[in-house]
Amino acid sequence: MWRDDLRGIFYIALKDLKTYYLKPPSISWGIVFPITWILAFYLRNPQNFEQLVPGLIGMTILFSTTAAEAVVINFELRLGSLERLLLAPLSLPAVLLGKVIGGTVFGLLMTATVTLGSVLALGLLQFNLLHLVLIIAPSLLVFSSLGALLCVLVKEVFEAQTLLNLPRFIMVFLSGVVYPVSAMPRALQYIAYLMPLTYTIDGLRRAFSLSQGAMVYFDALMLSGFFAVLILPAIKLLHRRFE
Amino acid sequence: MENIIDVRGLTKRYGEILAVDNVSFEVGEGEVFGFLGPNGAGKTTTIRMLTGLSRPTAGSARVLGFDVESEMVKAKKHMGVVPEASNLYDELSAFDNLLLMARLYGVPRSLRRARAEELLETFGLYERRDHLFRTFSRGMKRALTIAAALIHGPKLLFLDEPTVGLDVVAARSLRNLIGNLRQQRVTIFLTTHYLEEADLLCNRIAILVKGRILRIDAPEALKYGAEDESIIEVSFGRTPPEFMDELSGRLPDLKAVETNRNKVRIYGGAPAHVLEKVLQYAKDRDIEVDGVNSIKPSLEDAFIKITGLSPGILAIEKGGGR
Repeated sequence: MWRDDLRGIFYIALKDLKTYYLKPPSISWGIVFPITWILAFYLRNPQNFEQLVPGLIGMTILFSTTAAEAVVINFELRLGSLERLLLAPLSLPAVLLGKVIGGTVFGLLMTATVTLGSVLALGLLQFNLLHLVLIIAPSLLVFSSLGALLCVLVKEVFEAQTLLNLPRFIMVFLSGVVYPVSAMPRALQYIAYLMPLTYTIDGLRRAFSLSQGAMVYFDALMLSGFFAVLILPAIKLLHRRFE
Repeated sequence: MENIIDVRGLTKRYGEILAVDNVSFEVGEGEVFGFLGPNGAGKTTTIRMLTGLSRPTAGSARVLGFDVESEMVKAKKHMGVVPEASNLYDELSAFDNLLLMARLYGVPRSLRRARAEELLETFGLYERRDHLFRTFSRGMKRALTIAAALIHGPKLLFLDEPTVGLDVVAARSLRNLIGNLRQQRVTIFLTTHYLEEADLLCNRIAILVKGRILRIDAPEALKYGAEDESIIEVSFGRTPPEFMDELSGRLPDLKAVETNRNKVRIYGGAPAHVLEKVLQYAKDRDIEVDGVNSIKPSLEDAFIKITGLSPGILAIEKGGGR
């Protein structure tokens, strides 16, 4: 049965990549929005731009994956085609994981483009590739799962994008994308450490500053924990939706 | 031989609303079993429970020998489902939609393309195989949705209102296909609100109203059951607006139903006595009588007798029938 599920996950993700990722909401929230932010930061302070690169990569992961989930889940909830997948001989977790993996791959394509572009344009050739992978891979899964969790609560794509903006913007301002978490008031620091993006940004900064690995592994572990914490209720909510 | 579907006391409640109320039935191999009832009777809810899209509130069901709550994935491998809405992927072509379903249902790679092409031929869609699903007419979408449900050669096929939205030719072609599937011993669970469709296709019919099964039997047996009372059909000329109320007033113990414009069926009573009263009423109100027939009961008559509802409720609630 697990082989059927694995096959289903692969084909659902493939179908979503082929079908949805050129839809306007994916392009506007997943591609145009992060690029606009990058340009805005670059124009404001081109000299210290390399310090913002980890934050911008993190933001690209966050926006591209969550935007993708809103499209792949809510388009199908509205049209009833998600039911079509649930009628196939697959478990419900496999159907949702297919959706999450599709969002993860879309996010990976965007993130790889932004990362490569930043590295080449700014000459940031000193980084730890293993540490980058250790942080980016679970982050993509975490934010895809966050997208899935919130998207199964609503039916329309615009409702999902609106709902997603709440955690997106709170995280962008509190997780160290622009201002270091250590420079924030202590109360905000406590909140920041409850947010997965904080560990993504911290891990990415360490990967680019070639600092020692222990904290990167801790960040990766925390992100893996966030993945479990987000995907399990997402599966439960989808179950409940079809009760 | 074990039943293909075995349902015991199945119940579904949405808050205060009891959508399906303690229904029990079984469907044998190769049988075409019809669920007949008006909109809101619980037909689709029952299908959703039997296909794993909804969890029963109470009761149990086994499909293809598998429990619907704990072993649904195993059952799904051998069943096809055509939902009420044609919900394939707008952004994929007809061929790609079938190929996706073949992949999800685990059809071997070597057979996928041939099977998809064969179904496109069968449903007359081969020439449009590379066109996107969203460009298809309602009938073509319906046909492709049915083709998608057959891609893995299921033993059991659920058809939820399969001919809704189809023109007469497409509906007839679908009925022929159901006949062919029956010959291949595919078990079919069909919901419909079209009496003639149920009569034509089904080996047995369950009449469902407000979530409860009122009767399960073969169409002929249902009709035979309605024969214990006489049915007289009278065609009138121009009639006044209060005509049906007045006529019913003259026949207090009988059931008079307007089946068509100015055409009335009267159920029960001694035919000579009924006819005398009707003709007297027509004479009193100066209404012309165009014809009188003694009717052999149809499934429609059986439906009226069993449910006490007008057959019009089936057509009206679904937007007029055909």
